Amino acid sequence: MKKSVFFGALTLAGLAAGAAAAGTMDDVKARGKLNCGVSTGLVGFSAPDANGEWGGFDVAVCRAVAAAVLSDPSAVEFVPTTGKTRFTALASGEIDLLARNTTWTFSRDVDLKFEFVGVNYYDGQGFMVPKELGVSSAKELDGATVCIQTGTTTELNLADFFRANNISYEPVPIETNAEAQQQYLAGACDVYTTDASGLAATRATFENPGDHVILPEIISKEPLGPLVRHGDNEWGDVVRWTLNALIAAEEYGITSANIEELSKGTNNPEINRLLGTEGTLGEMLGLDKEWAKRAISAGGNYGEIFAKTIGENTPVGLARGLNAQWTNGGLMYSPPFR
Amino acid sequence: MTTLTDPPKDQFRLSMLLYDTRYRSATIQVIALIAFMLLAAWLISNTAQNLAALGKPIDFGFFKEPASYDINQRLLDYTSRDSHLRAALIGLLNTLVVAVLGCATATVVGIFVGVLRLSHNWLIARLMTVYVEMFRNVPVLLWIVFIMAILIETLPAPRAFRGADAEASMLLGDSVALTNRGVYIPEPLFSRGLGDLHFLGESSLRFNVSLDLVAVLIVLAVGFWVSHIIKKRADRLQEETGVRPATWYLRLGVVLVPLLILLAILGFHLGYPELKGFNFSGGTHLRNSLIALWLALSLYTAAFIAEIVRAGIMAISKGQTEAASALGLRPNRVMGLVILPQALRVIVPPLISQYLNLTKNSSLAIAVGYMDITGTLGGITMNQTGRELECVLLLMLVYLVISLTISAVMNWYNESVKLKER
Amino acid sequence: MSKQIAYVRTEMLPQQAPPSTSVGAIGWMRANLFSGWLNTAITLVSLLVILTIAVEILPWVLSPTWGGTSLNECRELLAAADHGSGACWGVIRERWIQLLFGFYPPELYWRPILAFVLLALALAPILFADKVPAKLLVFSAAYPFIFPWLLWGGMIWGPLAAAAGFVLGAIAYRVVSGAFSSLLGVIAGVVVALLWWLLLSGFITGLLDSILPIGLEPVESRKFGGFMLSITIGVVAIACSLPLGIVLALGRQSDLMIVKYLCVGFIEFIRGVPLITLLFVASTLLNIFMPPGTNFDIILRVLIMVTLFASAYMAEVIRGGLAALPKGQYEGADSLGLNYWQAQRLIIMPQALKISIPGIVSTFIGVFKDTTLVSIIGLLDPLGLSNAIRADANWNGIVWELYGFIALIFFFFCFGMSRYSMYLERKLQTGHR
Repeated sequence: MKKSVFFGALTLAGLAAGAAAAGTMDDVKARGKLNCGVSTGLVGFSAPDANGEWGGFDVAVCRAVAAAVLSDPSAVEFVPTTGKTRFTALASGEIDLLARNTTWTFSRDVDLKFEFVGVNYYDGQGFMVPKELGVSSAKELDGATVCIQTGTTTELNLADFFRANNISYEPVPIETNAEAQQQYLAGACDVYTTDASGLAATRATFENPGDHVILPEIISKEPLGPLVRHGDNEWGDVVRWTLNALIAAEEYGITSANIEELSKGTNNPEINRLLGTEGTLGEMLGLDKEWAKRAISAGGNYGEIFAKTIGENTPVGLARGLNAQWTNGGLMYSPPFR
Repeated sequence: MTTLTDPPKDQFRLSMLLYDTRYRSATIQVIALIAFMLLAAWLISNTAQNLAALGKPIDFGFFKEPASYDINQRLLDYTSRDSHLRAALIGLLNTLVVAVLGCATATVVGIFVGVLRLSHNWLIARLMTVYVEMFRNVPVLLWIVFIMAILIETLPAPRAFRGADAEASMLLGDSVALTNRGVYIPEPLFSRGLGDLHFLGESSLRFNVSLDLVAVLIVLAVGFWVSHIIKKRADRLQEETGVRPATWYLRLGVVLVPLLILLAILGFHLGYPELKGFNFSGGTHLRNSLIALWLALSLYTAAFIAEIVRAGIMAISKGQTEAASALGLRPNRVMGLVILPQALRVIVPPLISQYLNLTKNSSLAIAVGYMDITGTLGGITMNQTGRELECVLLLMLVYLVISLTISAVMNWYNESVKLKER
Repeated sequence: MSKQIAYVRTEMLPQQAPPSTSVGAIGWMRANLFSGWLNTAITLVSLLVILTIAVEILPWVLSPTWGGTSLNECRELLAAADHGSGACWGVIRERWIQLLFGFYPPELYWRPILAFVLLALALAPILFADKVPAKLLVFSAAYPFIFPWLLWGGMIWGPLAAAAGFVLGAIAYRVVSGAFSSLLGVIAGVVVALLWWLLLSGFITGLLDSILPIGLEPVESRKFGGFMLSITIGVVAIACSLPLGIVLALGRQSDLMIVKYLCVGFIEFIRGVPLITLLFVASTLLNIFMPPGTNFDIILRVLIMVTLFASAYMAEVIRGGLAALPKGQYEGADSLGLNYWQAQRLIIMPQALKISIPGIVSTFIGVFKDTTLVSIIGLLDPLGLSNAIRADANWNGIVWELYGFIALIFFFFCFGMSRYSMYLERKLQTGHR
């Protein structure tokens, strides 16, 4: 008799989930919710608070897309994914968008059939060591024990780097950042390697951050960005240009404080086009005029999001570095809205 | 179905498929088979369609690609340039290592605890009950991460051993180092070793066999065989004359003396671990991940085995103990000669399923970063190549083969200890 | 030999109290703790172990950090109280609700609570058959439909339609088996129920939903987390695996060769692979096996795989129950002229299931503990949540408090259930010894 629990649940879920075959955008609109894959927990990038509200740098991208498409930044279902499950979750249509500090690589883009829509954080793999070891370069790490987070490109880069420099090492693979941090602090490994942003974030939460140094070598390029399924170009465009809108907004000085004022119309036609007071950019995307305005109001422009979640005044304390606007010597460069 | 007389030669009617018991079972079976085949066909066609849509046809070619990741714990040589297949093989061996170690330890601890739970000492009996309940009622995954955390947090880091007034020091005359990266113990070395035999050339399945080890094993086997003959002779003498000649020194001698001579010829010595640079070098390194997994799995399973042993002992009627005592056997001989051999018959079948459970639970190794087959084939390889179907199916197949092998071996053993009823 | 006797006692001596070393606390200790040098040594070593552990752990547990709102604040509180190292209980104060309910909407907490209270009520007539009126069994039969409705919410018509399928199937069975054979009746029942579920029920529930929208606010399964998720997975898996397990056990015992080998193959396959590989299937492959375009969420996929997993173990438990029945029961049923299904329903199953209850309870404990594995595929069960909590900047670096809390709750549940199953075993054993 109790088989019905299964059938009951099946029908309920069938109603809730819907099919993924149609265009993702139509699905999202019909559902009224955006399913966004995030990390199960990474300081500053995505973590749930005590009320179950997700927050962080990657989470902000999800919220901006939800605001643009569904007019509601809170219309997001956050699906926590691990390094292992993230790609299948996206490929199977369980999530519409993956914003989980994922490195844009050739094989992921081409072989795994995904589409990276841009870069929201330029990162690189670095090393952190305790100061007392007196190490000043990664090349001095011969024989060291290295903690690595598995399921990422990190372990591949590491193997390549040590092999290329002919240095021996002992890898200690670890599932989550929290455990890696615990092992590193206890001295179970000499070095902790992951993306430099993660290192900084981890170091910031130490009792004595000053006792640890991040080595100058950055051994890889890690452009992290949101990605969608390959082949659904309309949806890809929406996510790509939402991200670009956030970046462009910072460049043009549109902030969550002055956006209402600016959206009444300005002398700058680019701002006007972006905020929908001029031109028909929104309709071209299949959205309404004010899509970008909503996306920017959701959490502020790129710079504001950065400052709020991982910037220098947060516990994570990351400098803008490569992620500054191109006008300030960084790599953040949105194509023109025209 | 054979009958002595010919069945009545009725005209076959279709309704007989349903009403005639001779045909009905065939009908049901055919329906079941068709339903099963339809289900399988449905699943396979779905899979084929989905894979075609994803553009990922089933292809095991990725096994030949370089794995590009390093594995710390390995029994065979391996570098990051080796293939995914070799990485899977290394993982498989690691699974087997922890399963064998775990089963052995769990059995010893389990029997010990099970016997102690029946002890007359109130305190130790209660203490063992607390141990059993504590381990049985908390998930094994929690125990694995818990023990790993204990090892990491309580043992000293290698750098604590450095310097003149080091905080930590090595044990047993500077031969064993307990660190939070693992335990370093002396390793056996041969200065006049016989070298290795290499098998299978450069293929992914290549392996080496140390001739030293082979020689030692042969000498040991011969020694034990001779010792067994001596024991047989002593048994015969005892039966004939009633007097048992003292043979223990002879039996020890035929095992030990040739072994010692061989070791001397091969130039046997111990390689001690030594703090060099960041880590200890030399010696054998038992990594924390292995130790945590090993301890957690064996302590967890031992709690179940203890219950099985206790139940087995309690299943033997008290008359057996009393009869044995009446014969004048001392309590430990009663246990060893009368109770345990009988209890074994009750104990072995559930013990098999505990061994199976332990082996299957070893797949939780990824929680502490021990690179077993789930960590290599089902972990990094699957992750880097994106070949979920191939990896997961192969992973299941490997575990299935391991499980069936354990069942077969243990069932064979069970048959051999079973009461031979006449 | 002189005949003189110097002294003869003529009256009994008054009874003396036993020596103080053999009665009371001392006597007990001598008998139970110090009855020989080995026992004494064991006792002393045990005492030493207990004391060391207590000295190590107690000060850590009794730390005045209940009010801390972050790890740093805890450290300050500890320093202020001059306490040395200690636990940071603030994290439990802040997050215990989350560890219990996950992300379930707080205003709807009454629903899972009610569901689990009702679960106890529904199980009572089965678990404590002698103390609870059997009329409650009607509620037990209805409960499988109430449980998902309470947890997931939605219109009431969905669960009702699912229940209606069973009713329709039963009616069809009655009608057809009355008119034709019982085998045809079983087939007709299954076909009618399937037709109803697959074709009609969707349309009719849709219609009813629009006419009479009675229901609870729907909650998506990804809001489930913490212990609520563990219990839900455990309960659903065991409840669904019970009928599957019965079918598999009967199949394994049957004389029909093909059916038997199919069942044996399934059971041995599931029991031969670790749960984690089945969870990998749930997280990565199950969608590939389904028709293109099907997509149901990860928790449902996990439920399906855990159910399959549990059903193999359940089949073995029930097979044990069947094997424990004396052969006379089967022969008695045959001699009454009952056919296979009647014998199973009226004679065999009620007895076999009753003896299987302890085994079913321990299967449930096993499945419940194994639900922690879902953290490996990224679901936020208590263990997964502990990682997510440690990713919060405030609580980064916390280890023992969370593990301890989770372990304690698991212990509480599992220990209670195992005691129950032992009580039951004792009750069932009377008469056999």
